[in-house]
Amino acid sequence: MAGLGVLIFIVTICLLAPIYAHNIAHTNPFASNIQGSTFINGKRVMLLQQNTQGLGFGVTPIGPTWNFSHYFLGADDQGRDVFARLLYGGRSSLLIGTASALLCCIVASILGLIAGYFGGPIDWLLSRVFDIIWAFPIYLLAISLSVVLLTSGLNIGPLHIGAGSLFLPILIIAAVFIPYVARPLRGLTMSLREREFIQAAIGSGSSDLRILWKEILPNAAPSVIVFFPLMVAFNMLTESALSFLSIGVQPPAASWGTIINDGLGLLYTRPWVALAPGIMIAITAVSLNILGDGARDAFDPKAKLRGSI
Amino acid sequence: MLAFVLRRVSSAVLVMFSISVLVFLIFFATPGVDPAARIAGRSATPQIIAQVRHAFGLDRALPIRYGIMMDHLFFKQDLSSYVNIGAKVVPQILQAAPITISLVLGASVLWLLVGIAGGIVAAANRGKFIDPLIMFLGIAAISVPAYWLGEVVNLITQGGLHHSIFSWVPSSGYVSIFQNPFEWGLHLLFPWLTLASLYAGIYARVLRAELVNALNEDYVRTARAKGLSERRILIRHAFRCSLISIVSLFGLDFGALIGGAALLTEVVFGLPGVGLLTYSSLQNLDLPVIMGCVMYGAFFVVLANAVVDIGYAFLDPRVRVA
Repeated sequence: MAGLGVLIFIVTICLLAPIYAHNIAHTNPFASNIQGSTFINGKRVMLLQQNTQGLGFGVTPIGPTWNFSHYFLGADDQGRDVFARLLYGGRSSLLIGTASALLCCIVASILGLIAGYFGGPIDWLLSRVFDIIWAFPIYLLAISLSVVLLTSGLNIGPLHIGAGSLFLPILIIAAVFIPYVARPLRGLTMSLREREFIQAAIGSGSSDLRILWKEILPNAAPSVIVFFPLMVAFNMLTESALSFLSIGVQPPAASWGTIINDGLGLLYTRPWVALAPGIMIAITAVSLNILGDGARDAFDPKAKLRGSI
Repeated sequence: MLAFVLRRVSSAVLVMFSISVLVFLIFFATPGVDPAARIAGRSATPQIIAQVRHAFGLDRALPIRYGIMMDHLFFKQDLSSYVNIGAKVVPQILQAAPITISLVLGASVLWLLVGIAGGIVAAANRGKFIDPLIMFLGIAAISVPAYWLGEVVNLITQGGLHHSIFSWVPSSGYVSIFQNPFEWGLHLLFPWLTLASLYAGIYARVLRAELVNALNEDYVRTARAKGLSERRILIRHAFRCSLISIVSLFGLDFGALIGGAALLTEVVFGLPGVGLLTYSSLQNLDLPVIMGCVMYGAFFVVLANAVVDIGYAFLDPRVRVA
């Protein structure tokens, strides 16, 4: 329950990001603000200060003010408010994690149920596709897909997704994780199909679609639902890694991964730029994992899916 | 055993072929922009694009193009970058590979040791304070992004404390084991610890669950009835049986690590392995290099998994039949 509480808190503050940025911090976290300044203790301070130490090259952004009304965590190297970006970044990270997990679970359930229920050549074909994706290291597959789609966006017939769209990381992450959900579900469906109540439904002349929807899905759904929080955590971590490699969320949009990447160059001078988003990712993922463990113990003690990932 | 090895190797070859086709389709047949322009990089002139089109046979049929690409990658090994003109891809990868392998092998030894120790300690002390603590650390370990943990480690060892406690930590980089084995270990120490900490927690969790299951088995009751000590039962009986699931998990994770966390750890610690090569080519969208890294990386993972499976069959004869 503690996991759920922390999660709700994080989601809420991230959803309030625009209100915070406009009404409290009065800043636009997506526009660079190199010439900007702010007031600390009544004194006017430039956001980016010329280096005076060492050789004196370059600029250092201001550090944390620990004051929620402006630059709580300081500024990044373009003079943008890191705390406001952190909240906006959380929106992207949570959205991508949740949406890709949802998409992945829906597509994987459909494919897994079809493969397990119908068997034969459909099952053979789908299983081979799952096997290949399964054998392919997740990050390498995601990197290949991202780098190709980022240069051009995705165009299939009338469907057009721009290169900077959040849909691209959602689609890519959902696609690479499909076999991890679909394979166990296929096995589950195959064993359900042998049970008496399904045989009875087939014998009484129900259509295949009806059996899948009314009989098999309700029996397979708990496994997927229990797996969902873990999936969100996993996908969020994948998104942050891709964004860190600069092939996830594209600037000027932010996610926790891109902010860590922004902070890489400021690590020794302004460590909070990189530290804060990492802490957010870790807290969110821990609460999702605890939530997932709790849900598993409550609904699915035999844990059909957990062992697979 | 021989039949199993042959079957496993042939299936690995089949998987490699499928992966190469998949990579080929992703890079050359994704709908959208002209693959020649994509491969030539962002600032390519029409001449270079024409050159790419010719070099990869982009006006030919798909199966021929696949053959040409495989030829460039594995047989002629002359695939070259169009961003750093003239830089050959395959030699770069082969040069970087030992660094990645040093990183992953060292880390895997560490995480197996720590994970197994943690699992045994947690199982031996179940119900006491230390057990849930180890279990929570396991969850925390998967929840922390690998590259971020590396940055925190850097901040601690290279930042303010570098002039006092951590003055013995070398600046990031790599020294070959043949050049100076001590410096090699010293440079890799923190990358190893970072990578290992991610997985040690998971292994402790899995091993504890297996051990607790095993301790409820009949053979443990028999051992207790014989009057064996609790420690001997845990180590000699329950642990030996639980080791099987650890080995199979290790096969999967080893692969995931090479293609994932190791890549990011190299970037953070400035280790010039395949991961850093991939990262720098991603920064300037140097597609031939990315393609080479992905292909060689995936092949290595498939091979490593096959080796682990064969080791698994060696440990557990039941697997050879299935």
